[in-house]
Amino acid sequence: MLLKSTKVIIIGERDGVQGPAIEACVRSAGAEPVITQTQCFV
Amino acid sequence: MLESFRSHLRTFEEAVAYPPNQVFIGNLDPDDLARVPSPWYKHPARDGSRRGPFGEIMPEDEFYGMMKICDEFQLVLLEEGFVRDVTAKLRQHPLFSEADLLRLGNGVSLADIEQQLTDGMTLPMYERGGRLVGCVRTGHEEDPNLTAEILMENLAVRASGALALRHQVAATGRAEAVDFLLGGGEEAVGDRYNRGGGNMAKAIGELCGCSRAGGGDVKAFCSGTIHAIVVAAGLVASGIFRDVVVVAGGSFAKLGMKFQGHLRHDMPILEDVIAAVAVRVGQDDGKSPVIRLDSIGKHEIASGSSQQAIFDNLVVQPLDRLGLKLTQIDKYATEMHNPEITEPQGSGNVPRTNYRVIGSFAVLRGEIQRSDLDRFVEEHGMLGFSPTQGHTASAVPVLGHAVRKMLSGEMNNTMFVAKGSLFLGRMTQLADGMSFLLERNKGGV
Repeated sequence: MLLKSTKVIIIGERDGVQGPAIEACVRSAGAEPVITQTQCFV
Repeated sequence: MLESFRSHLRTFEEAVAYPPNQVFIGNLDPDDLARVPSPWYKHPARDGSRRGPFGEIMPEDEFYGMMKICDEFQLVLLEEGFVRDVTAKLRQHPLFSEADLLRLGNGVSLADIEQQLTDGMTLPMYERGGRLVGCVRTGHEEDPNLTAEILMENLAVRASGALALRHQVAATGRAEAVDFLLGGGEEAVGDRYNRGGGNMAKAIGELCGCSRAGGGDVKAFCSGTIHAIVVAAGLVASGIFRDVVVVAGGSFAKLGMKFQGHLRHDMPILEDVIAAVAVRVGQDDGKSPVIRLDSIGKHEIASGSSQQAIFDNLVVQPLDRLGLKLTQIDKYATEMHNPEITEPQGSGNVPRTNYRVIGSFAVLRGEIQRSDLDRFVEEHGMLGFSPTQGHTASAVPVLGHAVRKMLSGEMNNTMFVAKGSLFLGRMTQLADGMSFLLERNKGGV
């Protein structure tokens, strides 16, 4: 998936991959996170 | 939607006979669940009982009565016929007194309740089946922190916490001996000038005869109860207090939180119980299990929030300090959420995920082979049995079982590990957590 110059809404999961970790990944791929959250689904 | 919701609610008897609930109150051991065929809700415990060695499962009508007993500001109105029935039932309950029954009062007419509901700020209270039996009124017409919704939640916290604490002091000794109460719940009590002001601990203790106790709350989301137990252990060990009780009422807001998944799978809505806990921490008596104060794990701000970082902080580093291998811990108590509740909504099997992360550290450290990971999970973990009530599901429901096994000599130690989701409050992206090792008492005070 090409993420360069893409705006991204990030929803992480507490017991899986948290929002800030996803944000670091998508930034490194050239995307622009517009909101980052981590949710707790239990 | 409402009709579909109602048709998937369980009866009280079905909730009592549900095997995970029997584990929660101590009539079954967590290991017994492995022998119950899945789905558990289709295989009720034959000897399921309302009462167990760790407490009880109270029916809805009695709990509404308990909420009224907790109400000091005329917020709860109950219908007079309903009050008569509940009074008769609570009169038979060993943990309720005549003073409690006086607080129930005589009730009001159904017409009065219906009239109250016309103000648009009052919440109705129904029995299963849809019978209107009462209402909760707003505490202030202009304060969003004292709406009927929030007050109903907080009254349920106080009521469930008081029931847990009454059981605790009935089982462990005089209420007057308690020096200090620590709240470990996730509620927020206060008005618009002190939102979250708190001290639910004292509000609960007041109803349980803890007349000499001071109190305060410890807040750390789902990890709050384990945080509070660590603080309690420190207070007792330092000599500041001799006898401390941690108490946490249940989460009203989490009732039915994952109902959509249950309806989608045409199964009962299993999130139908409020779960509360109370834990007494006292001085070493030479036989009760001991919280090792040199084992405390904390999640540090700079550690990051990945699962690896959290479990490194809470499990690996404390055990390294003690010179123990991960395989030397008999059982790990993590978040014990019942997977039969979480999986239908796509939330996964939380305890199994946690155990696999802990086991992965054992693989990385060369304590076990990669192929032994499943066996590690089976031997050092357990199946999730707790109602999905956040702080009361996080590690703490294992405590009664661990104490029982250590007293009987079946078990040497258990590590309690709880995590908290600080990011839900939109103040930080940080996670949180706390842990401690409970050990069998080696004797000698």
